[in-house]
Amino acid sequence: MEFQIDKVAELARLNLKPGEKSKLEKDLGAILDYAQKLNTLDTGSVEPTSHVLNLENVFRADEVKTSNAAEKALEHAPHRDGDFFKVPKIVQRD
Amino acid sequence: MKYEPVIGLEVHVQLKTRSKLFCACSTEFGAEGNRHTCPVCLGWPGSLPVVNEAALALAIRAGLALNCKVAERLKFDRKNYFYPDLPKAYQISQYDMPVNGKGELLIETKAPDGALVEKTIGITRAHLEEDAGKLLHEGIPDGSLVDYNRGGIPLLEIVSEPDLRSPQEAYDYLTALKAILQCIEISDCDMEKGSLRCDANVSVRPEGQEKFGTKAEIKNLNSFKMVAKAIQYEIDRQTELVESGEKVVQETRLWNDAKGVTFSMRSKEEAHDYRYFPEPDLVPFTLSKETVAAIRKTLPELPRERAKRFVRDFGISSYDAAVLVQEKGTAEFFEACVSAGAGAKAASKWVLNDLLAILNEKNSAIGDCLVKPDALAGLIRLTESQTINSTTAKAVLIDMAATGKSADAIVKEKGLAQVADTGLIERAVEKAMAANPASVADFRAGKQKALGALVGAVMKETQGKANPKMVNEILLKKLSS
Ligand SMILES: [Zn+2]
Repeated sequence: MEFQIDKVAELARLNLKPGEKSKLEKDLGAILDYAQKLNTLDTGSVEPTSHVLNLENVFRADEVKTSNAAEKALEHAPHRDGDFFKVPKIVQRD
Repeated sequence: MKYEPVIGLEVHVQLKTRSKLFCACSTEFGAEGNRHTCPVCLGWPGSLPVVNEAALALAIRAGLALNCKVAERLKFDRKNYFYPDLPKAYQISQYDMPVNGKGELLIETKAPDGALVEKTIGITRAHLEEDAGKLLHEGIPDGSLVDYNRGGIPLLEIVSEPDLRSPQEAYDYLTALKAILQCIEISDCDMEKGSLRCDANVSVRPEGQEKFGTKAEIKNLNSFKMVAKAIQYEIDRQTELVESGEKVVQETRLWNDAKGVTFSMRSKEEAHDYRYFPEPDLVPFTLSKETVAAIRKTLPELPRERAKRFVRDFGISSYDAAVLVQEKGTAEFFEACVSAGAGAKAASKWVLNDLLAILNEKNSAIGDCLVKPDALAGLIRLTESQTINSTTAKAVLIDMAATGKSADAIVKEKGLAQVADTGLIERAVEKAMAANPASVADFRAGKQKALGALVGAVMKETQGKANPKMVNEILLKKLSS
């Protein structure tokens, strides 16, 4: 199966060294080829499965609960500014 | 060659739920930074999302009001991208099995010749997704701050077909859409609070050509007026490019309202490949006919039906009816005013011309207005009985809006009741004629215009309280004798 290791790496935000690249390209290729076997099966009459559990319509009621997760998360954040997480400046989007 | 614009709109509205789409955090606006977060909406490993039943019901409600085909089966998918406003590095959205499929919206729009015409705009789909967090850049030189309170709030993304052909049509589509969504109470649709957001896809093509031109997506549009302005700018920009033989680049552009231009984001982030796949943490959903029918039953009268009823039952113009139903509160106010005994035409005129002007000036909503429908009906009664003239009535309304008092009370308190005392008006007319001999001579010499100055003088003499009709009659009688 065709893929571009550079694009996959970029989408996953991975900085690959030249040595790693060819090794991973080979590994990933083997995985994809293996999965490709599935395409030899005739699945025309099988309904697509989006979930393996035999369950549907799982809901919760619209009720508010409070959580103190933010304080813990902020404690562990690389950078914080008061109540906020602080991140490096990215391309101005809005 | 003439070029035709092709416009499609993507509207995100925040669904009116108490808690978020996949967790129990509050959706309340304006909380302290990151107060409304939990392991689920912060994307902690091991946490699991569960769908808010109310959010799905509201999405279906919107779909039905937009004549969408509501899905029998639906599922959620992950849309993958890296951005600091997305703690999980994916957004839970819907890809190929959205809750609402194709629908349509009938809009009333102004043709270039000013006539009102009806047009059907296709809805491609309306799906559920979670909102992202908010990035704060202002005043921070060395980074950005992130607030995840908004992250996970339920949104309905309503995608239109590329059926719109002018900035005016886009504006009218948004107005009609907002009126419906407010009417069925699924969202506040408050652009200032971000509960309604709009992106526009714009392209141009030579008139008569079927194939679409290359489109640009415009973001950062904070009002319907801005949407229309940005689309017009984009049409002009693209037409110029095509006419000079250049190519339109497919890209995202941001509207700069201060400069009145769109500019390219030129961002590497734009090399999008979202790699959608089914959300493994959520099971699929089946909607029974009964569930959908039960929601359909609760739909109120929609704005267009309401406008038609106003024309049919109250005899007001279709134009006035269309404006009245744009905001649910306005339509309800008008109807309550008529129920309180005001004539429909007078009620429509006072609401549209006077009350809305006062509210606009104060930037306040009709629901918060100190003038209640029965109070406006009271004011209208005073004008119809000619207790006060229309100039006085306008001033009284401003007073009513400021104090919440009834028209009767203000008129009594300030002694504004119109003078219909013949003797008193006659004396005022005589005084005015004596004080303005030149105007009297002019009028008698055939200058009709001179009458205005004399009427003005009489009104001044009576502090504006004289019945204008009587002033005219008495003045003309005295001038011709
Ligand atoms: Zn949460």
